[in-house]
Amino acid sequence: MTEAASRPARARRPPVPYLLLIPSALFMLALFGWPLIQGVLASVQTPGGGYGWENVRRMTAEPHFWPAVRNTALLIVIVIPLQFALAIAMALLLRERPRLSGLYFYVWAVPLAISDLAAGLVWLAIFADQGYLNSALAGLGLSESGYEWLSYEHPGTMLAAVVVAELWRATSLVFIILVGGLSVIPKEYDEAAQVFGATLWQRVRHVTLPLLRPSIQVALILRTILAFQTFAVAQALAGRNFPLLIGETYEWYVNLQNPYAASAVAMIILGVSMFTATVYLRALRQPDVIRGAR
Amino acid sequence: MAEVEISQLHKTYPGGGRPATRDVSLTVADGEFMVLLGPSGCGKTTLLRMIAGLELPDRGSVRIGGRDVTYRAPRERNLSMVFQSYAVFPHKKVADNIGFGLAMRKADRAVIQDKIAWAAGLLQLEDYLDRYPSQLSGGQRQRVAVARAIVMEPDVLLMDEPLSNLDALLRLQFRAELKKLLTDLGTTCVYVTHDQVEALSLGERVAVMKDGEIVQCGPPMEVYDSPASEFIGGFIGSPPMNFLDATLRRDGGEAVIEVAGQRSAAPGSWAAFAEGPVRIGVRAETITAHRAERSGALRAVTEVAEPLGSTTLVTAVLGEQRIKVQVPPDFPVGAGDDLWLDLRADRLSCYERDTGRVLVSDR
Ligand SMILES: Nc1ncnc2c1ncn2[C@@H]1O[C@H](COP(=O)(O)OP(=O)(O)OP(=O)(O)O)[C@@H](O)[C@H]1O
Ligand SMILES: [Mg+2]
Repeated sequence: MTEAASRPARARRPPVPYLLLIPSALFMLALFGWPLIQGVLASVQTPGGGYGWENVRRMTAEPHFWPAVRNTALLIVIVIPLQFALAIAMALLLRERPRLSGLYFYVWAVPLAISDLAAGLVWLAIFADQGYLNSALAGLGLSESGYEWLSYEHPGTMLAAVVVAELWRATSLVFIILVGGLSVIPKEYDEAAQVFGATLWQRVRHVTLPLLRPSIQVALILRTILAFQTFAVAQALAGRNFPLLIGETYEWYVNLQNPYAASAVAMIILGVSMFTATVYLRALRQPDVIRGAR
Repeated sequence: MAEVEISQLHKTYPGGGRPATRDVSLTVADGEFMVLLGPSGCGKTTLLRMIAGLELPDRGSVRIGGRDVTYRAPRERNLSMVFQSYAVFPHKKVADNIGFGLAMRKADRAVIQDKIAWAAGLLQLEDYLDRYPSQLSGGQRQRVAVARAIVMEPDVLLMDEPLSNLDALLRLQFRAELKKLLTDLGTTCVYVTHDQVEALSLGERVAVMKDGEIVQCGPPMEVYDSPASEFIGGFIGSPPMNFLDATLRRDGGEAVIEVAGQRSAAPGSWAAFAEGPVRIGVRAETITAHRAERSGALRAVTEVAEPLGSTTLVTAVLGEQRIKVQVPPDFPVGAGDDLWLDLRADRLSCYERDTGRVLVSDR
């Protein structure tokens, strides 16, 4: 009786959850959906007004394009494994609750609060020809005139400088995610491993890392997507001597005044990011039966 | 197989006000089954964790097989442990969980398989070897934890309430199995429980803990029959021991106790104690009840009678004190009936009124 009586009343009432979602949905549509559609359209639009692969052709014909692809890939392949090794080591160290562990946490998390460009400028001050590094080397008597770390004639050190700066800037993001993940793993698992004779390496390899997998997955996806967008640090350190994909969109849009080719490059980045995220999600998928067991 | 010798182990957790264990000393002989028994929060798990090396003591030492391991890492102690929270790895199947310790030692694959099969058979886990822990019940997970510990053939086996999550029937069955298994293996075992029946039935010796201290340690029947304090007598046994306010007197060289104005014989050795107020400890099953008056028996009035199947538990009022008496199930008694209680002098214990500590004579 009451069931039947209340049902029409409920149907007439506006569905509250959907109402509450409307503002954010509109917001997303206006600020995210619309530019996305515009971007997709622009990337296949020719300056003449028609549609075609013209932009893609122009993009790949640009002499900096393939170096940018190579540099972006190189940076990801070098930086991300190093970053994860560092972040995992740092998070594990912190878990042992050393003295001043609270302080370490904040010090290691600080780069998170510093803008890309500021970080790039800091490292520029270090690696520049008259920078701190060369001054230090001269002070130690190791080098008379210093070394041109960022010169286009030394692509090796240029890459190394960008890698170091990126490591410094972006490892803290991975670190924070992993610290969060570690803190919810009950410590009994690691203790059981210790009692059953596992060495430090075995404990990490067979117990901690598998249990940390969900956090690693999140960090990996976030970090890789952000790595495709690395720009300011490299721009500050090496400018166009070290082109990156995002730098190319910037170049096309601002300096070459071609929003269409800029969109084409952006679409490439979007596609590759989505592809990698999917690969990670599949490769690191964990059966539900494992997750339920905490 | 090894002897475990802990001496003066003291531990205060950082931020914890009271010490979790206070200068605890205990020696567990090679191959002995030692049970740590005590109420919640008395420091049993803490003591076990210090033996395992998961917690470092503030002072004191742990020796296993004669070797001082106080500050050694857990993996250098060759022991295994069943955790109170099981700590069964959620990302490993049951079989891999059981074989974990052996795999870490890089044991032969065939040996590991054999051991897993053996332990799974023993703990009735054969059907679950391919499952993940989240697909098991609490009791099954606990059995995995036990299986993981016994396949290791450790010097010392530490178990923290390993049967707490099994149903009554299964627990009874595993209790017997475990006792047989550990006797066969001859492994030194420290077993934590707060279940006094489990403690009495399993232990070769029982160490009773309270507030971080071992208050009595001895064979189960000794602890049961002659508790060293009122606390222990009240904690062990169901029903707990009766404690009666009484006065100890000497009647021409013989010791007698006076309860509520009535007199009853006391053990001869009590003549050595000072006369005055004491507490008398007496187990319900050592009292013989009669419906007719008897000389030397204490008169009491039945308050309630509870049939328990194999016996009937009578609560009677003696003067102003309550006393529990176990009578045969066919004993005719009801509320309000008079009873004459015969306390067997040789089964009485005598405690100081103020401290609750047992009085012992030299004889
Ligand atoms: N990590 C910790 N930090 C602070 N205090 C703790 C910690 N672990 C235990 N304690 C305290 O130490 C005392 C002893 O704890 P313990 O776990 O040894 O008790 P237990 O005898 O095993 O109890 P239970 O039967 O409930 O498992 C308790 O008062 C507890 O509050
Ligand atoms: Mg405990």
